[in-house]
Amino acid sequence: MEIFLNGLRQALALIFSMDPNLLEIVRLSLLVSGAAMFIAALLGLPAGLLLGLKDFPGKRVVVAVVYTGMGLPPVVVGLTIYLLLSRQGPLGQLAWLFTPKAMIAAQTILALPLIIGFTMTAVAAIPSALVMQLRSLGATRRQIVLTLLYEARAGVLAALIAGFGAIISEVGSVLIVGGNIEHKTRVLTTAIVLETRKGNFSLAIALGIILLTITFSANWLLLHLQGRLDPRQ
Amino acid sequence: MDPILRLEHIRHGYGDHFLLKIPELTILAGEIFAVVGPSGAGKSTLLRLMNYLEKPQHGQVYYHGQAYTPGNLPIDLRRKMTTVFQQPLLLNASVWQNVGYGLRVRGSRNGHEAVRRALEEVRLTHLSKQPASQLSGGEAQRVSLARALVLNPEVLFLDEPTANLDPSNVRIIEEIIRKANLERKATVVLVTHNIWQARRLAHRVALLYDGEIIESAPTTDFFHQPQDSRTSAFLSGELIY
Ligand SMILES: Nc1ncnc2c1ncn2[C@@H]1O[C@H](COP(=O)(O)OP(=O)(O)OP(=O)(O)O)[C@@H](O)[C@H]1O
Ligand SMILES: [Mg+2]
Repeated sequence: MEIFLNGLRQALALIFSMDPNLLEIVRLSLLVSGAAMFIAALLGLPAGLLLGLKDFPGKRVVVAVVYTGMGLPPVVVGLTIYLLLSRQGPLGQLAWLFTPKAMIAAQTILALPLIIGFTMTAVAAIPSALVMQLRSLGATRRQIVLTLLYEARAGVLAALIAGFGAIISEVGSVLIVGGNIEHKTRVLTTAIVLETRKGNFSLAIALGIILLTITFSANWLLLHLQGRLDPRQ
Repeated sequence: MDPILRLEHIRHGYGDHFLLKIPELTILAGEIFAVVGPSGAGKSTLLRLMNYLEKPQHGQVYYHGQAYTPGNLPIDLRRKMTTVFQQPLLLNASVWQNVGYGLRVRGSRNGHEAVRRALEEVRLTHLSKQPASQLSGGEAQRVSLARALVLNPEVLFLDEPTANLDPSNVRIIEEIIRKANLERKATVVLVTHNIWQARRLAHRVALLYDGEIIESAPTTDFFHQPQDSRTSAFLSGELIY
């Protein structure tokens, strides 16, 4: 209990002192997970929409792969990316290993199936005749896609919340492909691992509290948005 | 009157048999054309073909003399016609937003007045802020009609627009259809189970039976001198539907 209280005190002290090291870590965490979310949403929302609406041969296999991907172990993703990006690996030329780029790549892969899966489920619940109705009302293909995403907004927001929550809090992949290098690839989760190993438990707890605060704020923001979009309010 | 829509050599269906077999059918600009027929005859499918929402397996659909498919119909032509479906498929948004949808996708700036008038016409002004999910079946159907009216379409396809309504609402809707035709100059293709409605509204009536147009004639002829025995049977209610 002592440790938690100390941690809380230290977290507050760290936040209010605007510790530059801490700010750097928080900034990188948000940058890496934010960029990964952006890319994953850009790819995952249309893909989820497509899977939710269209039938095609082999769809079952694709859906099974997506569902499996929703439970991908971060360390396995990290290891795979590591092997791809290592100097002898097929993508070694990029020299991304131990840079934020590699971390973004890993987290994109972790978030993508979650975004696809949740979007797909939400969109599949929309009556398919609605597409025809929108077309008949003069919507272009693009406008139909946007309208459907808006119709499925509760599910789409759940997709974004699940994706962000999963990657901002994961440590396995960013540790392997980023290496937790100070001033370069250290993020909140890897910093927590390091401080725990060093026995700085209250600092580790402080970082954990900050991490939770960020996740909570992000969810709060999304839920607020969801409320704003609900015609019943 | 000029032909505005024309179907030629249509054979269309699902699975291994053709549901619709229509060698030719012409809709004239400015008319109200009613399609009656038993359930499952293919009426809704026919409307989907005419609105370029589904591509016929065989045959052509002409609009102003030009053959198009759902894939190559230019968007500005697509936006001249619209369907009020049998099931009112409303968006999870307010009544007002639903009625304004077609105007918004057209990027129209001064839609406010048009939406207000359309809601007034279907007598739902008092519900404009209501979420569409909370409407009764009849109210939803009127919202669905209003969001089509607001577009001032050149061709208006109506699939059983009064199916869920009580008699007083039926009268209101029929008046709206007449007005859309007379004042807004819409060509109307009306699918209805109700032969009396067809008689009250239409200039010409067609009987669709088992995917074929059995008879198509000016309204008075259709009702007074039906040429086909199946038409007489349908009119006298002997044809089960
Ligand atoms: N997308 C589809 N796939 C398979 N079969 C279909 C499809 N659409 C319609 N059908 C079939 O085609 C037949 C005609 O359907 P349609 O909806 O056109 O009839 P309808 O005349 O409008 O009937 P109702 O008066 O009951 O609305 C029905 O047997 C229906 O099951
Ligand atoms: Mg029908």
